[in-house]
Amino acid sequence: MGYSGFYTLFYKEVLRFWKVAFQTVAAPVLTAVLYLLIFSQVLAEHVAVYGTPYASFLIPGLVMMSVLQNAFANSSSSLIQSKVLGSIVFVLLPPISYREFFAAYVLAAMVRGVVVGLGVLLASACFAPLMFEHPWWIATFALLGGALLGSLGVIAGIWADKFDQLAAFQNFLIMPLTFLSGVFYSIHSLPPIWRELSRWNPVFYMIDGFRYGFFGVSDIAPWWSLSVVASCLLALSALSLRLLRTGYKLRA
Amino acid sequence: MIIAIRIQQVGKRFGQTQALDGVDLTIEQGEFFGLLGPNGAGKTTLISALAGLVRVDSGCLSVMGLDVQQDYQAARRRLGVVPQELVFDPFFSVRETLKIQSGYFGVRNNDAWIDEILDNLDLRSKAQANMRTLSGGMKRRVLVAQALVHRPPVIVLDEPTAGVDVELRQTLWRFIRRLNADGHTIVLTTHYLEEAENLCTRIAMLKAGRIVALDSTANLLRRFSAHTLRLRLAPAAGGVALAECCAGATEQGGWWLFPFDRFDEVEPLLAQIRQAGGVIADLEIGKPDLEDVFLRVMQGQDGRADGL
Repeated sequence: MGYSGFYTLFYKEVLRFWKVAFQTVAAPVLTAVLYLLIFSQVLAEHVAVYGTPYASFLIPGLVMMSVLQNAFANSSSSLIQSKVLGSIVFVLLPPISYREFFAAYVLAAMVRGVVVGLGVLLASACFAPLMFEHPWWIATFALLGGALLGSLGVIAGIWADKFDQLAAFQNFLIMPLTFLSGVFYSIHSLPPIWRELSRWNPVFYMIDGFRYGFFGVSDIAPWWSLSVVASCLLALSALSLRLLRTGYKLRA
Repeated sequence: MIIAIRIQQVGKRFGQTQALDGVDLTIEQGEFFGLLGPNGAGKTTLISALAGLVRVDSGCLSVMGLDVQQDYQAARRRLGVVPQELVFDPFFSVRETLKIQSGYFGVRNNDAWIDEILDNLDLRSKAQANMRTLSGGMKRRVLVAQALVHRPPVIVLDEPTAGVDVELRQTLWRFIRRLNADGHTIVLTTHYLEEAENLCTRIAMLKAGRIVALDSTANLLRRFSAHTLRLRLAPAAGGVALAECCAGATEQGGWWLFPFDRFDEVEPLLAQIRQAGGVIADLEIGKPDLEDVFLRVMQGQDGRADGL
């Protein structure tokens, strides 16, 4: 019985974004491809990282950035929308446990992140050659990163009471963290102070570990990146589960 | 006797407001129960507490013997709630909405029952329509359908007919009466007291988070309200002083009002009026109604009702 409640919530969350796939999948793929075209055209002659063309270096970063941003957007927007519309009551009345609730939202966020990521990967593969040195690292970081930002989306969606609060979360936290995480550069090219600051950005480890899967080269050892990402995921999952268990802002 | 809902010493405070203040209530299986009260009396808070949407500060609540906190999953499977607000998920069609809601409760392959609900609520023609395209009345029907989709033995309707047309009310009450006849327990909150009077066999009235009246509808009507003989005298009768000859008579806008309990009191009353020289020009008999009861209870004319 419980399994079905979880499965239905997961299915509903996937169906929700799939019904508006033009907005939730096609649009972010196009955005990422535009980044690739512009940056690779402008910088192709000037930059080569790890001995690979800049466009090839850029693609994994853009793919991972899309995975992360869309995973966050899925769980956070679904929750805030249903809170504002009042339809959250439909998932609060049934016998769905807080663990099932969390798992369904995070898993659906991962699905959207991975679908958009694959879309970006396929579209951008037309513009530059790619290697897949360690596919398991690619999959591991994509899934863990999607889960981490999906969890953060659950927290933001529960915390925010209005759309503008969520937009602030997205614009002042998620965007800076993803843009300043090495998507467009290697941190070795940064001045020491920025290089040091980047090490405090968890998204940097997700991008770097993910990129290692493609090139077999990274700024940080992949196991270290994996440890950081897994620790952050555990911490955010624990916080998210606690909010759901106590009914924070969901049950009066 | 099987208890469908048991509420024991339930208290809930929101900031400075005591929304529920030691509420005690027991509803038996198969009852059609009315929960009445003015806005802010605590009706929705009590329903929300029963549904697990609100966590109470004190006391306990159970549905079909299952505690709504300790055994929340089993309790929620036995409860269907029609929320007061007209809420919907704009991404899905009516059928998708019902199938999803059914799945949340762990009920799969539920198409036959979903079809039956759609038929009974006149929703079949809208089954494939997106929720956004429905009128307010249709959305209200879907809310009712969502509450029934897992066949709960206890159904709570929080103002289900607020702002909807006569056709929906009739359709809805026909279906709900049938479910009640099949053994489902129904709890209704409404501001339409005529509906409550016609449908509910027992009624609780809430005021400022406390139950101020609890009895069968018939008893409440009997105890708090009476039949009223209303009559107008012919002008030829002049100023007949009925207040002096008939106890309890009052005049309102040219009409004389005589409260009475039994119909055999009417004839002697008319005889008294004739003896006093009164000639009746117009006459009506008003039945006791729940609105009178409600107003008198809320105005505190009877401090406590029996059965508390």
